[in-house]
Amino acid sequence: MTSTFDKFFTFLFYRKGLAIFLLLAPLLIWLGVVYLGSLFTLLIQSFFSIDSFSGVIKREFTLESYYDLFRQSTNWDIIIRTTTMAFTVTIVSAIIAFPIAYYMAMYAGPKLKPILYLGVMLPLWSSYLVKVYSWKLIMAKEGILTWILNELGLLHVLDVILSIPVIGGTSLSFSYIGMFLVFVYIWLPYMILPIQASLERIPKSLLEASSDLGGGPSQTFRKVILPLAFPGVVAGSIFTFSLTLGDYIIPTIIGNSSYFIGMAVYTHQGTAGNIPLAAAFSVIPIIIMMVYLMIAKRLGAFDAL
Amino acid sequence: MPSKWNLGTIGLKVATTLGFLFIHIPLFIIIMYAFSTDEKTFQFPLPGFTLKWFGVAWERNDIWEAIILSSQVATISTIMAIILGTLACLAVYRSKFFGREVISFLVILPIALPGIVTGISLRSAMSLFGIPFSTWTIVIAHATFCIVTVYNNVLARLRRSSHSMVEASMDLGANPWQTFRFVILPNIATALLAGGMLSFALSFDEVIVTTFTAGQQSTVPIWMLTEFIRPRQRPVTNVVAVFVILVTTLPILAAYYLTKEDEGGKK
Repeated sequence: MTSTFDKFFTFLFYRKGLAIFLLLAPLLIWLGVVYLGSLFTLLIQSFFSIDSFSGVIKREFTLESYYDLFRQSTNWDIIIRTTTMAFTVTIVSAIIAFPIAYYMAMYAGPKLKPILYLGVMLPLWSSYLVKVYSWKLIMAKEGILTWILNELGLLHVLDVILSIPVIGGTSLSFSYIGMFLVFVYIWLPYMILPIQASLERIPKSLLEASSDLGGGPSQTFRKVILPLAFPGVVAGSIFTFSLTLGDYIIPTIIGNSSYFIGMAVYTHQGTAGNIPLAAAFSVIPIIIMMVYLMIAKRLGAFDAL
Repeated sequence: MPSKWNLGTIGLKVATTLGFLFIHIPLFIIIMYAFSTDEKTFQFPLPGFTLKWFGVAWERNDIWEAIILSSQVATISTIMAIILGTLACLAVYRSKFFGREVISFLVILPIALPGIVTGISLRSAMSLFGIPFSTWTIVIAHATFCIVTVYNNVLARLRRSSHSMVEASMDLGANPWQTFRFVILPNIATALLAGGMLSFALSFDEVIVTTFTAGQQSTVPIWMLTEFIRPRQRPVTNVVAVFVILVTTLPILAAYYLTKEDEGGKK
């Protein structure tokens, strides 16, 4: 038994091509058939249509779903609302993440560095749903945030913020501001880590060269550090942007129940049973992400991933 | 390097401290609320502390069912991810002619595209081919996005271990199987374990893709989501949340220590 086993391995060892093929085949079959295959069926289904009387899906090529999608102005609202949220979340995450990443990369000593690293890693990996839920607790009307603001005598400030049209609402957990806060909170670690990695990679000799050549700290920062760290920011933005674009849990739990792309996809395929329309809808974030990734590649983000 | 104690440095320290408080406090708040005596609201300060809800949660069958399903799914998906990911790594790490880039891209795609896209794709394929929902449909979905953690961890380790050991083993007369079993495998063992643990945590916590591929069954995250939308006993949800924090945090910590020598344990 063992000898046949050995022989088989030895046989393969001298046939590199075959060995590599056999090692790769399971993964390629899995991802090729299960994953890419599914993406492909999604694309195909978006060109099917649903019979509005019987609810049966007609398997014939038609652009009806796309026509339905773009004809209604509410769908445009959903797309614009989701994309705007994704952009805002991305920009604000980058602004908050940069100093943290900068401190981690440039100032933290060898003892502090791993602690800070783990401090970003743990929230990044720990339960997404629990984190969203904790904000539900924090922002609830009788919850901890109201209590803190009340103790500080700042409750009226919250009322002023909540009375702002469009982004305000009856309480934080039913407003765009609340939703925005939660998005930033959840994706922030995804922004910190790539920026930190790109800052770590800047050779210290460049900073010394800059100061030798008479560059002050702010000049060095603007002319040397910032351009070199920028690909890291773009890399982080891929995560924050893509994750916001596709998320439907946060808008379901927090916010004023206005639709986001993810929720629209979920509702169309679930309650309405209209898979073609849901498929057409989910092609939108794919296209947006492809454009985004192309721009990111131009900006050198892939080298920073 | 800028000097140690100027206004900028202090500003940076303050920003970092605030940032860390912002990303950590919410997790502690959840843990705190699991001990609250308050049943209906999210009242703060807490009216009192109790361990009662842990007992109540222990008695609930629906919670046990969700935990069992989640554990099964996470275990099987992790095993599949380990097999698929490791085999591919062994093929890729020494060969230059094959597009390593293509494989890496393919592996990362299921988590790089929004979860909703992965979810609806698998769902639409299942409905097109008439595949009924079961534990296996969830496993198929989870294994797909779990491969990346194993693949990245193992590949990083293989790259760092020197190939001369493999050559030495062959020179000393070991056959390829023996070389794999006694040289390569011990070398990548901790990376495998780390990748597997991350994959387990990832699967145990995944909700978006699961909602599309689960049918009537509920995993722990699905159970929680249902509770958020239609709460029955809020404090019990808080207890389950604490449990989920533990189940996902411990493997991550373990994975971090197992791969620490690999440039600080990349994901």
